[in-house]
Amino acid sequence: MKASKASATALPNLKKNSRRAQILGNWELYLFMLPAVLYFLIFHYAPMYGIQIAFKNFVPSKGILGSPWVGFDHFERFFNSYYFWDLIWNTFSISFYELALGFPLPIILALAFNEVRNGKFKKTVQTVTYAPHFISIVVMAGMIITFLSPSSGIIIMLINALGFEAPQFLTDPAWFKTMYVLSGVWQSTGWGTIIYLAALSGVDPQQHEAAIMDGASRFKRMLHINLPTILPTITIMLILNMGNILGVGYEKILLLQNSLNLESSDVISTYVYRAGLVDAQYSFSTAVGLFNSVINVILLVAVNWIARRTSENSLW
Amino acid sequence: MAKAIANPIRESKGDKIFLGFTYAYLCVALVVVLYPLIYILSASISNPTAVNTGEMWLFPKEITFAGYELVFNNPAIWNGYLNTIIYTVLGTALNLAVTLPAAYALSRSDFVGRGWFMGFILLTMFFNGGLVPTYLVVKNLGLVNTMGALILPVAASVWNIVVARTFFQSTIPKELQEAAHIDGCTNLRLFWKIVLPLSAPIIAVMALFYGVGHWNSYFSSLIYLNSESKYPLQMVLRQILVLQEMSAETTGAAMNADTAALMSSKAETASLIKYGVIVVSTLPIIAVYPFLQRYFVQGVMIGSVKG
Repeated sequence: MKASKASATALPNLKKNSRRAQILGNWELYLFMLPAVLYFLIFHYAPMYGIQIAFKNFVPSKGILGSPWVGFDHFERFFNSYYFWDLIWNTFSISFYELALGFPLPIILALAFNEVRNGKFKKTVQTVTYAPHFISIVVMAGMIITFLSPSSGIIIMLINALGFEAPQFLTDPAWFKTMYVLSGVWQSTGWGTIIYLAALSGVDPQQHEAAIMDGASRFKRMLHINLPTILPTITIMLILNMGNILGVGYEKILLLQNSLNLESSDVISTYVYRAGLVDAQYSFSTAVGLFNSVINVILLVAVNWIARRTSENSLW
Repeated sequence: MAKAIANPIRESKGDKIFLGFTYAYLCVALVVVLYPLIYILSASISNPTAVNTGEMWLFPKEITFAGYELVFNNPAIWNGYLNTIIYTVLGTALNLAVTLPAAYALSRSDFVGRGWFMGFILLTMFFNGGLVPTYLVVKNLGLVNTMGALILPVAASVWNIVVARTFFQSTIPKELQEAAHIDGCTNLRLFWKIVLPLSAPIIAVMALFYGVGHWNSYFSSLIYLNSESKYPLQMVLRQILVLQEMSAETTGAAMNADTAALMSSKAETASLIKYGVIVVSTLPIIAVYPFLQRYFVQGVMIGSVKG
C-alpha cells in the first residue's frame, strides 16, 4: 500500500497502468474472493435489506416491497409495552453482571499463570481450565439443571449439608442471573486467559531484571510491569465486550428459561426469538431486533471514542 | 530465562507468601473446574440411586454401565450422532473452501481493492440484519428443513478470515510469491501447490474452530429444522437434558405420591441416560483437545496479534 502511494505522487500515469496490470495479473484473486463475497452478500447484506420490514406490516405473500408501510408503529408498540423496561433492565443487568465478574477473572488468572514456573502443574491447570470452553451450550445447560435440581442436584446437596437452606435456583427469578453468570465464568475464564498470556509473553525481561535490582517484590513487579504491558489488550477486549453488551448469550438463556423465572430471564434477544419465530410477528420482532443492533453500535462507537480519548488504544 | 533471573537473588519472605497465594489460587481454580467434570464421569457409571441420594459425590459407586447401554440402544441418539458427523464434516469443508482462498487474497498487498473487501466483510461484524430477516432469507432460498440451512448461513466467520489472513501475511514470504510469478506460476497454482502446503497449522486451526462450532451448535437446528430425523445430536440432547428435566422441575411441586413414585422411577432411567449422554457427546472433543491444544491456542494468539 505504502509503496503504491509513493509511486502515485511521482508518476500518476504509470500508477494507473500498473494498477490495471495488477488487477488483470491477479484476476484469480478476485475468484478467490468470490465465494466469501457471495456468502456475505446473501446471508449478511440481504438480511440488512430485509430490515425495512421493521417499518412495514410484513405479509409473506406480498413480499418485502409489497407490504404496507407503517413507519415507527412497531417501535412505538415496543416502547409502550409493559415489558419494555423489564427487558431493558434484564439485558443490561445480566450483561454488566457478566462483565463485572467475567472480565477481570481471566486477567487475574493469566497473571497468576505467569507467576508460576512452566511445568507439569501449570500445564495441568491450563489444560483443565481451558476444557469447559468446548462443552456445548446444551450440555452446559443440562449440567446446570442437573447440578441444581432440588431433588438430586449435587450443589443443592452440598449447600444443605453445610446447614443452609438451598434456594430454588432454577425457578426463583432472584437467582437466575447469578446462575447464568457463574456458570459462564466456570466455562470461559480459563479460555479467556490465552489472549492475555500471549500479551504477557511480550514483557521485556530486562525490565524485571532492573526491578529486581531495585528490590521490587514479585507482587510489585506484577502490578507495575506485567499489568501495564497487557493494558492495551485489556482495553481492546473491554471495547469489544462493551460493543457486545446487548448480545447476551441468548442461546443459553433460552435453554434455562422457564415460565417461573421469565420475569428476570427474558432479555431482548430471547424476546425477539419468541415474538419473531414462535409467534411469527415478523415485523414487530425485526423492529425490536433493530433497536437492539442500533444500541449496540452506539455503545461500541461511544466506548471506542472514550478509549481513544483516554488512552492510546482503540479499535479504530 | 526466568530461572536465570530469579536464581541469583533469593526470594524474599514477601515473595514466598505471594507465590503461596498464587499457587493456592490456581489450586482452587483447578478443583472448581475439575470437580463437575469428574462428577459427571463418575455419575455416568454409578448406580443412579447412589447418585440421586448424594451417596456418590466423587468416585463411582456400585459401578454399572446400564446408562451407556441405554445411550447406545437409543436410536434417536445414534441418528443425531450420525447427522452431527455429516453436518460437521460437510460444514467444515465448506468453511475451509470459503475462508482460506478469501483470506489468502486479502493477505496479498498487491491485491487491488483489498481494503474495500476487508471493510465489506468487517462491517458485518458490527451490524447485522437480525434474526427474522436472516430467517426470511434462508426461507426464501428454500433451505428450511434442509442441511443447507445449517451449513450455508455459517459458511464463513469474519473472525476466522481475519485470523487466517494474519497467518498468511506473517508466514508466506513475499519473495516466494514474486519468485513464483517470475517463473510463470499462476496465482491458482501458487495457492494450491505452495501456499496451502506451507499452511498446515492454520488449516488445522480453522478446521478445529469451525468443526467445534458445528458440533456444538443447536440454535440453527432449532429454528430451521422441523423433522426430528434430521436433528443433530445437540437437539436430541436438548430434549433429554433440558426439556424433560425442566418440565420435571417446574411441575414437581404439584404432584401426589403415586405420580411422584412413577416419576421417580422414570427419573431414574432419565438420570441414568443423562450422564452417559453428556459423556458420549462431549468426549470426542474433550478427548482430542489436549493433543490439539497447541493449535487452538495458536489460533487465538494469531487472532490477538491484529486485535
